[in-house]
Amino acid sequence: MTFDEALDIRVCDSSLRDGSHAKGHAFTIEDVRSIVRGLDSAGVPVIEVSHGDGLGGSSFNYGRSLVDERELIAAAVAVAGNAKIATLMLPGLGTKDDIRSAADLGTSIIRIATHCTEADIAKQHFGLAREVGLETVGFLMMAHTISPDDLAKQARIMADAGCQCVYVTDSAGALILDQVSDRVAALREELGEDATVGFHGHQNLALGVGNSIFAIRAGATQIDGCTRSFGAGAGNTPTEALAAACDKLGIRTGIDVLRLFDVAEEIVRPVMDGECVLDRLALIMGYAGVYSSFLRHAYRAADRYGVSGADILLKCGERKLVGGQEDQIIDIAVELAAARGNA
Amino acid sequence: MRKVSAAIVGSGNIGTDLMYKLLRSDVIEPRFMIGIDPASDGLRRAATAGIETSAAGVDWLLERDQPPAIVFEATSAAVHRANAPRYEERGIVAIDLTPAAIGPYVVPPVNLDQFLDQPNVNMVTCGGQATVPMVYAVSRVVRVPYGEIVATVASESAGPGTRANIDEFTRTTANAVKVLGGAESGKAIIVLNPADPPLLMRDTIYCALPEGSDHTLVRESIESMVHEVQQYVPGYRLTSPPQFDDEKVAIFVEVEGAGDYLPKFAGNLDIMTAAATRVGERIAGAVLEGMVIR
Repeated sequence: MTFDEALDIRVCDSSLRDGSHAKGHAFTIEDVRSIVRGLDSAGVPVIEVSHGDGLGGSSFNYGRSLVDERELIAAAVAVAGNAKIATLMLPGLGTKDDIRSAADLGTSIIRIATHCTEADIAKQHFGLAREVGLETVGFLMMAHTISPDDLAKQARIMADAGCQCVYVTDSAGALILDQVSDRVAALREELGEDATVGFHGHQNLALGVGNSIFAIRAGATQIDGCTRSFGAGAGNTPTEALAAACDKLGIRTGIDVLRLFDVAEEIVRPVMDGECVLDRLALIMGYAGVYSSFLRHAYRAADRYGVSGADILLKCGERKLVGGQEDQIIDIAVELAAARGNA
Repeated sequence: MRKVSAAIVGSGNIGTDLMYKLLRSDVIEPRFMIGIDPASDGLRRAATAGIETSAAGVDWLLERDQPPAIVFEATSAAVHRANAPRYEERGIVAIDLTPAAIGPYVVPPVNLDQFLDQPNVNMVTCGGQATVPMVYAVSRVVRVPYGEIVATVASESAGPGTRANIDEFTRTTANAVKVLGGAESGKAIIVLNPADPPLLMRDTIYCALPEGSDHTLVRESIESMVHEVQQYVPGYRLTSPPQFDDEKVAIFVEVEGAGDYLPKFAGNLDIMTAAATRVGERIAGAVLEGMVIR
């Protein structure tokens, strides 16, 4: 199974989308232009651009965008040469209008994300996306929380609705090697020729590249990364390391590895507020299975209420929060502060 | 005491839960329950409760010699759009629990009395019923340039209708945050959580506040509004005190259902049926007092 005649896998770089979490949703037009030009020059075939939580994500709950994501997308489309521009939307937050606007702005690919048990809320959105001529990708988020078989059933719902590639989305960076390949294999078996399979990994247990290789060996043909790991939590699978590992293994990505090393160092790193690191809170996310973009929110709430960020994230895991429930982080912090006050 | 007769159209979860609430009413007599599936649990339970039932749809209802004064519609937006003109023609008041929103929105503690003479009123969405009172509580004491709500419901409590039309939820709720809540602009977000055991409905309401707003005034208004909602949804409560920062207040609410037909975690559905009952009783009261001539 290969992506097409030229590529064994197609890499999507999500620095300008998942990186939005790490950047506090403060990308400028200039950040977008320089990163898109850089990635494009290294042959990265797909570049995702959006608020971290997708179109319509700018909000009190997730953080407001410094620049409207539609302006960022338009800037990306304008400077991209060979790279296709992708964007993201989450039903329940974004709407079908956002899909129309993505198509109008010239994006090629829409990625539609739901929690891994809730694929059916995205049926209309996949349908519309195909109608307006967008290539479709479906994200089954927090894929570590359900079994490979259950995940495959949800993938079937997406494929039947018009999704062309379903991703095993390891939002918490909690999946480990075989747990990735088992899920990818289950999706491959369920979907057959109806849709392809992708993998999106995080570094919270330092397994981004390894997990991606396991996914590829199980038949995934689209893989996400973020250059310099520029993403939520401890960051995402580093695109440049993924490209290098693939190169060594003879897996064709079409990426100029050495050029991407330069782009990571000279173009992407200067845009980042700091390196994405595997610190205590990031480890807890991977270990307790917490949605990666909660990290910055947990840091802020810990600071504001004088409680432990680790305790906040452990509570998030205990309460089985899913992506989108960032609001509960404050509630948890208030509760922890009150409990400490009473102690 | 004299009661006003009512029909429930739609014998699913919402219609059945509503039936139990109406059976306790002092002013409404649920006389008919209409479905389309003769084997539905709702119709069976209605028959057991002594309510006249039919699986022959609205045609059957409109053929009765004495049609009801009030219809509670708990079907789908499309079905209600088709039925609404027929109710109006017969002089039947429709309380619409679907997202059709043909008539004006009603959220009891905000505008219960405003539309007593309307042929059709709409109950917004579950998220709207749970959050609009809070936005209104803030906007009645201070200008709210922007209101944003996040509603999290148990996956199990989100039926096929909600799932197939999730955009309708976000659009209608955001609109009600503006129109009824009094925010100058609005945004609504819904999240489904599959945790087992299922979690109670959670709502977070953010209101942007102008500089120098009186936090005490806002807090008191919120607390008094929680008390008002508790009059018809006893399981409606703040999980934390309102949290203020430089630009906004964040209000954290949990809604536990009454457990009439739906489980207690389905506070989202309970608040809809409880609010619809409240509206129905107010309309029935007006009819009985002769305030409304029909």
